Amino acid sequence: MAASRLNVNGATVSVTADDPDTPLLYVLRNELGLHGPRFGCGLGQCGACTVHIDGNAVRSCITPLSSVNDGKVVTLEGLGTDERPHPIQQAFIEEQAVQCGYCINGMIMQSAALLTRAPKPTEQQIKAELANNLCRCGTHLRIVRAVKRAAGI
Amino acid sequence: MNEMINRRSLLQATGALIVTFSLMPDAGGAQPASLAKTVSPDRVDGFLAIDIDGAVLVYSGKVDLGTGVRTALTQIVAEELDVPMSQVTVIQGDTALTPDQGTTFGSLSIQNGGMQLRRAAATARRALLAKAAAELRRDASLLAIRNGVVVSKNELDGRPKLPLGALVGGTSLALPLDNDAPLKAPADYTIVGKPMPRLDIPDKVTGRFTYMQDFKLPGMLHGRVIRPSGIGATLVSYDETSINHIPGIVKVVHINNFLGVVAETEWSAIKAAQQLSVTWSKWEGLPDEAKLWQHVRGTKVVRDDVTSNIGDAAALRAATRKLSATYDFAIHTHGSIGPSCAVASFVGGKLTCWTASQGVHDLRKQLAAMLAVENDDVRCIYVDGAGCYGRNGHEDAAADAALMARAVGGPVRVQWMRADEHGWDPKGPPTLVDLRAGLDQDGNVIAWESELFIPDGIATFVDLVGADLAGLNSLGKLSPGGVLNDLAIPYGIENVKTTAHRLESTPLKPAWIRSPGRLQNTFANEAFFDEIAAQTGADPLELRLKHLDDPRGQELLERLADVSNWRDRPKPDRSADVVIGRGLAYVKYELVRTYVGAVVEVQVNRKTGEIAVVRFHVVHDCGQIINPDGLRNQIEGNIVQTVSRALKEEVTFDRSMVTSLDWASYPILTFPEIPDVVIELIDRPDQVPWGGGEPSAAIVPAAISNAVFEATGARLRSVPFTPAKVKAAIGAT
Repeated sequence: MAASRLNVNGATVSVTADDPDTPLLYVLRNELGLHGPRFGCGLGQCGACTVHIDGNAVRSCITPLSSVNDGKVVTLEGLGTDERPHPIQQAFIEEQAVQCGYCINGMIMQSAALLTRAPKPTEQQIKAELANNLCRCGTHLRIVRAVKRAAGI
Repeated sequence: MNEMINRRSLLQATGALIVTFSLMPDAGGAQPASLAKTVSPDRVDGFLAIDIDGAVLVYSGKVDLGTGVRTALTQIVAEELDVPMSQVTVIQGDTALTPDQGTTFGSLSIQNGGMQLRRAAATARRALLAKAAAELRRDASLLAIRNGVVVSKNELDGRPKLPLGALVGGTSLALPLDNDAPLKAPADYTIVGKPMPRLDIPDKVTGRFTYMQDFKLPGMLHGRVIRPSGIGATLVSYDETSINHIPGIVKVVHINNFLGVVAETEWSAIKAAQQLSVTWSKWEGLPDEAKLWQHVRGTKVVRDDVTSNIGDAAALRAATRKLSATYDFAIHTHGSIGPSCAVASFVGGKLTCWTASQGVHDLRKQLAAMLAVENDDVRCIYVDGAGCYGRNGHEDAAADAALMARAVGGPVRVQWMRADEHGWDPKGPPTLVDLRAGLDQDGNVIAWESELFIPDGIATFVDLVGADLAGLNSLGKLSPGGVLNDLAIPYGIENVKTTAHRLESTPLKPAWIRSPGRLQNTFANEAFFDEIAAQTGADPLELRLKHLDDPRGQELLERLADVSNWRDRPKPDRSADVVIGRGLAYVKYELVRTYVGAVVEVQVNRKTGEIAVVRFHVVHDCGQIINPDGLRNQIEGNIVQTVSRALKEEVTFDRSMVTSLDWASYPILTFPEIPDVVIELIDRPDQVPWGGGEPSAAIVPAAISNAVFEATGARLRSVPFTPAKVKAAIGAT
C-alpha cells in the first residue's frame, strides 16, 4: 500500500493506492470523494471522467495515478461551488444546459480548458473541441450556447 | 376535518426515515412495516405530507430520468397548493414511501403521474381551507392560500394569516384522494406554464449532485460481473488462483452461470473481473447478422394483432395503381453514458436496493422472486442515474448487486463496465414493416395496408440478466414495450388494415427504448406516405392536409408550413454534388395525444453518401405545458438523439454475442454533426397536459428519409441511413 501525494483543487492531499496503475478517476472518486468526474467508458472514448492536469483536459479513467506526479489536478468541484460557480458553470445554469447531466462534468472541464487557451472561440472551434465528449440526452445545442455565453460571444 | 388525524409522531418518523435513507442510509435492510407511511394512490397522504415548518413533501412514484420532470412535478404541486416551489421537495420512487404510479415510461409522468399529484394537492387544498375556516371562524369560500399561508381573500391587511405548517403541523393529510376536487383555474396559474429553472442543475454543474453511481453505504464493497463469452454459453470452469495477486479480493460469487467478483476497492474488483481465468462453453445460437431480416421474416408468428381495420381490405386488390415497400429499423442499444449501477444490502433475509430503476415497485417483485423472499422483505429506492431512455441495465445491475450482497453478507455496489452495458442491456428489437397502398385512376389513395413483424409481448417484466444466468426466476417475459402503437395511421383513408405479426422470439433480449414501436412505425408510415405523394405528384404537406380530419392536427401542420417556409422552399439543385432537400413528417402520438410535426433540411453528398442534418423545425402540441423550457430541452434532446439513431446506430453481433461493445463500434452523433433545432410550442393551458417525453423522437427518421428523397430522388427505407446505404439508394435511382 503506497502513499502518494497529489495536488488536487489547490490542496496537497495524501492518497493510498496499492497499485500505481490505478486510474486517477477511482482515486478522486473513492478516496477523495470528488464525484464531478464520472465513470463512463473506462476507455477514454466519452469524456465523462475529464479533469484538468496543469490546465489540460485529460481523461482520468485512463490516466494512471503514477503518471500524475506533481501535476496540478483540478476537478469540477475545484472550478466553483453552488454559491460561487465558475463563469462557465454559471453559463450552464443560465442556459439550462443539462438533461441527465452525467456527461456535463466533461463538457464543462473540456470547455473550460478551451476558454483558457482560446477565450473567444468560434462556434466551430467549440464543437471541434467537444467532438470527443459524448452526450446521449442530446443536450448539445444548449451546451454550445452555454460555452458561447461563458466566452461572451 | 375529523379525517385529519393527528399523527405527529408518524410524520416525524417518516421525515426521519427519509433523511435516513437519502443521506445516511441504514444498511440494516428493509424497514419494518410498522413505520411505513401509506403508499396508496387513493389517499392524499400517499402523495403529500406537510411538516410543521410548512415544508411540503411530495411522494412521487414517477421518477426523474434526467428529463427534468422533478421540477415540473414540483411546479404542479406548488401551483395547486399555492405554496412556493422552494417549500416543496419531491421524494422519488421508493417502495416504502411512494405510491406505485406505474413505470416511468411512455411519456406519462406528467400526463398521468402529475395529474394524480395535482388532484391530491387540490384535495388537500380544499381540506386545508376547510380546517382553516373552522379555526378562523370564517367561511372557507372567503379564504385562500397564498405562498403557503392561509389568508382572507378580500381583506388581506389586518386579518389573521395562518401558515400551512401551523395549520396542519403535526398532522397527516389522511384523506381519500378526491378526483373531483375543484382544480385551480389555469388563468390563475403563476407557476405552471412558466419556464422555471431546473432544481437539479446547480448541483449537477458543480459536482455536488449525488447520482446512483456516487451513492455509498458504510462498509460497502465493490462488485463486478463477469459475463459469458456467448449469450447462452455455460460456465465450464474458473480458476480463483488467477486473481490471487490482486489485493482485497473478498469473494468470487458463482451461481450456475452467474459469475461476479467482490473486492474491497473498485479498482481491485475491476482488475479481478478482467483477469479471472474463466472457461465458457462455445455457444453460437445467434442468427447470421447479414441475414437478420430473413431471420425476422422467418421467425414463427405466435399471434396477429390487427391494430386498425377500416372499410374493406379487398379494395387494395381492386386498385388501379399499387405501391409497396418494406421498411426496416436496426437493433439499438440505450447507450446510457453512465453504465448501470446499484447498491444492495441483504441482512436478515431482507433486501434493500438502490438503483436508477424506472419502476421500483416492479423491480421489487422481480428481486423478491429471484431471492425467493416476500415482496415486503424487499425495499427498492430510486436514485438518479445517467439518462436511460427506456429499460436499460439498472434493474439488471440491481439483481447483480443483490446476488453478490447475499453472498458476502455486506452491502455491495455494482457498476457495469462499458462492455456490460453495450453488450447486456436489453435492446430495441429489429423491426420490419411491409406497406402497401392502392390508388384509384385519379390518383386518390383508396387503400392502405401494413404488416409489422415485431416480438410478442408488452412492457412488463424484463428478465434480469443475473437471475437468468443464475438459473433463478425473475418473472421475466418477452417484453419489447408498447410496440404496436402508431402502426395505425392518423389519416382518413377509406380502406385501412394494419396488422402486427407477433414473433415468438427476437435475437437479442428486447425492451423499450425511447418511443418504442411508435418510432419504427412512424418511420415506415410517414416515409411511405411520402412515397404516395411522390407517386401522385402531390405535395407531401398538402396530401397530409387532404387526408387529415383533425382541426388540431391541421392547425399544427399549417403552423409548421409557416415556420419552416415549406410552401416557398427552394427546389433542390441536383446538378451539385451536395444537394439540399427538405422533408416533412407528422405524428399524433398513439392516435390519441401529443401532436408533432417537423420539417428537416438536409445536405446529401451524392458522392460519399453522407447526410448532414442541418436544421429541424418542430411544432409541438401536448396540450397544457407545465414548463416550456423543460419541454424545449426534452424536444431538442429527442431530435438530436434520434438523428443519431437514424444516421448511425446499429447493434452488431456475431453468432455468440453483441460485438458493438464500446463507443467506437457503436458510434453516436458528435458535436460537429448536430443539427440546429427550431421549436414552436403550441400551449393550450385549458387542455389537459399530454406527454412530451418522447413523441418528438418519432418523426425524425421519416423526416430525414423524406428530405433525402427530395434532394436525391433516392428513398431510404432502412435505419440507420449509413453512407453505404445512401450511395446504394442513389445508385438505384
